[in-house]
Amino acid sequence: MSTEPRFLPGQPGADTCAGQQGDCVRCGGIFADRFPLLKRPVNDHDLVYLDSAATTQKPEAVIAAEARYYRRHNANVHRGMHALAAEATELYEACRRRVAMLLGVSRPEQVVITSGTTASLNLAAFGLRHLLRPGDEILLTEMEHHANLVPWIALARQEGLLLRHLPVTGGGELDLDALPGMLTDRTRIVSLAHVSNVLGTLNPVAEIAAAARRAGAVVVVDAAQSVGHLPVDFAALGVDLLAFSAHKAYGPMGLGFLVGTPEILDRLEPVQFGGEMIDTVGLDEATWAEVPHRFEAGTPNVAAAAAFPPALDMLDEAGLERVRTHEMQVTGCALEALRRLDGLTVFGPADPARRGGLVAFHDAGVHAHDLAQLLDARGVSVRAGHHCAQPLHRRLGVTATARASFGIHNSHDDVDALLDALGHARRMFA
Amino acid sequence: MNGGMDDLYREVILDHHRSPRGAEALPDPHLAADGKNPSCGDEVTLQLVFDGERIDRVAVLSQGCAIATASGSILAELATGRTLAEVTRLAEVFRRHMRGEVAELPDEPDPGDLEVLSGVRKFPARVKCALLPWMTALEAAAAREQGRTASVSTTEV
Repeated sequence: MSTEPRFLPGQPGADTCAGQQGDCVRCGGIFADRFPLLKRPVNDHDLVYLDSAATTQKPEAVIAAEARYYRRHNANVHRGMHALAAEATELYEACRRRVAMLLGVSRPEQVVITSGTTASLNLAAFGLRHLLRPGDEILLTEMEHHANLVPWIALARQEGLLLRHLPVTGGGELDLDALPGMLTDRTRIVSLAHVSNVLGTLNPVAEIAAAARRAGAVVVVDAAQSVGHLPVDFAALGVDLLAFSAHKAYGPMGLGFLVGTPEILDRLEPVQFGGEMIDTVGLDEATWAEVPHRFEAGTPNVAAAAAFPPALDMLDEAGLERVRTHEMQVTGCALEALRRLDGLTVFGPADPARRGGLVAFHDAGVHAHDLAQLLDARGVSVRAGHHCAQPLHRRLGVTATARASFGIHNSHDDVDALLDALGHARRMFA
Repeated sequence: MNGGMDDLYREVILDHHRSPRGAEALPDPHLAADGKNPSCGDEVTLQLVFDGERIDRVAVLSQGCAIATASGSILAELATGRTLAEVTRLAEVFRRHMRGEVAELPDEPDPGDLEVLSGVRKFPARVKCALLPWMTALEAAAAREQGRTASVSTTEV
């Protein structure tokens, strides 16, 4: 074991990732020293956490803010007349404003607070239900996570809708040539991932959204893998609805968002009913509260909302452009090294500029689950399986892949650790 | 030091994984069963040809990790020449052993290489991999009881 520190603490503004693609500079992680969990060992090795696409680790500021909420401010939000309720409400609404700022959204009311991307996409699908008629079409893609697939399958089954799927090319990108043919006069909704959680592909959402809107469709984007890892501007994407989770952007679990245009949020129907979401209630009738509260029935995860802004502050301090460049650099190094290994298939676009910070691969000699287990024995956390994208894996002709995904704290050393552990696993199975 | 990997990936397991027994599909099986672990995507197809009550030929077609493949290979080895009732008994004992309900595998019926899978018990997430072909065999036996020649099952243990 090397006695040198594994992580080089990133300096705000320092140019850690100046290298060109293919020129592997020894970039250190950004703010790695702010993540307490990264200091723990796993199986007697230094932890090398390469599963940020599943959930990111949390900086101390987030952990402290969640604890501080319960220590000092805990109360239920809205309508409480006491001091704690006012403080909790302010923290909750401050999170909404902070997320609006992150995405360049002018009105905080455009931000609906949910429990996560899955809840957001379910709200999008079932909230638009009343606009749909049997025979209407919903256009998805072949690379969707189950969270952006199964709600539409359920809706289509109930409403007699037709699901269509934009194909994925051999290079792991969406086949844009097929788009005009798949947008018909029955296409009501187009929903797609910003960044694929398996292929890593950074999809041209703005281009697809523009075509879809010209065809009269509502456009939904699953931004679970992009927010927190690259600059995301809601207006620039040109979509109607955008879903993401806090926990994949260094925030706490149990918190997500559905961001929409004022027009679409006015047309969206609530899908959960109860306290907090009403205006007036009689025994036989009720009217809904204003947007966004009508979509936020029940007690929300206020502690998580209080703890998310510090994560966004950290990203701002690093600079999202720099975060993006860094993850692209680390991903580029991993891609290049993995592609050189015999018997290993690396999925997704070759150019790191066309993908997010993750790499999925298939080894002809070692099953993904065995790989993940053997890597874990050396402290390297990767994910293995179908990554909640079974149709895509069928399309790729494999049942499971191993996936390494990167966050701001990952360094070139972490890529080295991955390759070392991978070499060891492959030798064992040879 | 290596996180217990020597317990999990014992040489006998790697050997079964490298050259699994019964990996050739049978053209006209008397009994066939498909099993899968939905959470990890592992799949197995079990095919049996009988000579009277005895199992004459076995195919275990695995799409999964080394543990699932090796377990299927051991199943193919052990099932050949036995009755389906004997295989069922072995499967039941193996299931209870892997779930920690039985400390040792009994000598009778002869568990063969099954003992090498005992180390998998230290890795609870992988127990279902070792059990997949055996659960599929139990489903196959149940299908035969009901006069069917095929079964499709989902294993979650």
